[in-house]
Amino acid sequence: MTASALAGTHSQNSEDPRVSARIASETRQDWVFRWLLFGAATLVLVCLGAAAISMLVGGRLAFQTFGWAFLVSDDWDAVEKHFGAFVPIYGTLVSSAIAMLIAVPVSFGIALFLTEIAPTWMRGPVGAAIELLAGIPSIIYGMWGLFSFAPFMAAHVLPWVRTHLAGIPGIGALFQGPPLGIGMLTAGIVLGIMVIPFISSVMRDVFRTVPASLKESSYALGSTTWEVVWNVVLPYTRSAVLGGIFLGLGRALGETMAVTFVLGNAHQLNVSLLMPGNSIAAAIANEFTEADSEIYLSSLIALAFLLFVVTFIVLAIARLMLRGLERKEGR
Amino acid sequence: MSARVRPPGYRRRRGVDLLAKTLGVLATVFGLFWLVWILYVTFRTGIGALAWRTFTEATPPPGMEGGGLANALFGSLVMSALGIAIGAPIGIAAGTYLSEFAERRPVWRETIRFVNDILLSAPSIVLGLFVYTIAVRPTGHFSGWAGGIALALIVLPVVVRTTDETLRLVPGMMREAALSLGVPRWKVTTQILYRAAAPGILTGVLLGLARISGETAPLLFTALNNQYWASGLNSPTASVPVVIFQFAMSPYDSWHSLAWAGAFIVTLFVLVLSVGARAYLLRNRIDSAA
Repeated sequence: MTASALAGTHSQNSEDPRVSARIASETRQDWVFRWLLFGAATLVLVCLGAAAISMLVGGRLAFQTFGWAFLVSDDWDAVEKHFGAFVPIYGTLVSSAIAMLIAVPVSFGIALFLTEIAPTWMRGPVGAAIELLAGIPSIIYGMWGLFSFAPFMAAHVLPWVRTHLAGIPGIGALFQGPPLGIGMLTAGIVLGIMVIPFISSVMRDVFRTVPASLKESSYALGSTTWEVVWNVVLPYTRSAVLGGIFLGLGRALGETMAVTFVLGNAHQLNVSLLMPGNSIAAAIANEFTEADSEIYLSSLIALAFLLFVVTFIVLAIARLMLRGLERKEGR
Repeated sequence: MSARVRPPGYRRRRGVDLLAKTLGVLATVFGLFWLVWILYVTFRTGIGALAWRTFTEATPPPGMEGGGLANALFGSLVMSALGIAIGAPIGIAAGTYLSEFAERRPVWRETIRFVNDILLSAPSIVLGLFVYTIAVRPTGHFSGWAGGIALALIVLPVVVRTTDETLRLVPGMMREAALSLGVPRWKVTTQILYRAAAPGILTGVLLGLARISGETAPLLFTALNNQYWASGLNSPTASVPVVIFQFAMSPYDSWHSLAWAGAFIVTLFVLVLSVGARAYLLRNRIDSAA
């Protein structure tokens, strides 16, 4: 029932002018309140729209000057004022790809553990501990990555990678170069650790929505736990699981601080994952306050616009796929 | 047992099942391993670097020994408070609209929910850059205000979502009972629904605070940094995360150690806040109280 309908029924019954005056003022207050709230909600929409437009306007100069070459050129020369986004785009995509290669199977394993394997008393605390990973600020990941993880990689992991993987024809080129510790591989691994809690908590939540009767029917036919998960749980939750993966990908693409610490901020294109690289977010974080020309600034904002568009698309796909889950839970 | 006839492929199926379970356990151990490593390094190094002057002295100039983080701690405090003061009321209002007042505009409601969810995981560096173009460029200088606005943009979607979800859990009977007494809707909302939903909304605000207290990227080009005490909200303001970033990337050992002290303070604060907020919610949930 709405406020105006309420006010209507009242005014029919009351002859007293004080009562109808009060009802009129309350109706007015309701009207004001409703529009205030409407304005606040619309502001959410305006924020996102205004962010997109301001990026587009700020980056227009770069897009106009360089055209499509901005996307494919690997030039990044502040002196000659020539900017191309290929190296940061490449770095963002490659580091996110490494992150997903690690995070997706691990998250699936964790969700499997938390819903099917672990004894019930263990599920709450272990799940909370994994979610704690999402609570650690990204700057802490960056510091730990720079001071603990990168030296560890340089001392123990990368020499092994170099001796065993660099010789393989084809993919060997990915693993050549000095074991610096900082670089694409390290950044990808740190990113992977950071998105594990996001993906695993979505997977765990959707696995829980599978009706017990479905799983029990499968168990009754003699399925093992793995067969129930593979043949019943996963097909039932497929779109939401993909949604969770895209959610993690969206996070990985836009992650800034941790990557900035361990990526090395190099504007050369390197095939090797052991070499320093750059990413869109890291380039902006490192260079924005140093940008000394209008076109430099505009190129960085254009980079941000690209990042914004890509993450928007990825996150929109994620949300659309997770929509089905919300409907399922509501049923 | 041994006399039982086993179906064909039984051994292989059991083997696959065991392998999957083992991998599941290993994946969980893998996840927890990083948590322990990161927290161990942060806490051990951070506590070692902590001193009384960390809280009393301002950040030191390059290459100088000593100094603390007092100005950065204060700046973080002020800008986080500003972020909450701007973001939380707007977020609560927007969440209330979505849950209570949007029944006649379902498409609009779903669009805003959708956009809010995207804003929730949008890259914070892009939001910082957005605030740079609306609050720093026009005024011509970096400021604490801009930092606060950038943080408010991160608090906003968190509060919108928790408010929306919590209000939807309030039983419809409460609304109907109040409305049937002739109470206007704004009073029903502020005096009855908010009272029932208070723990959930407060949790949302606390989680928002936990998120912004560690945020660095949105402050880089809004509040910038300041080696000294900020002279007001109109001047560049130091914050702990940005100081950590600057000091950790520097070549000085004394700066590294201050960065670790800051990292320890931020991590402890964020973890206590987010764990505390969740524990508080568990104890005061609407469905458990009703």
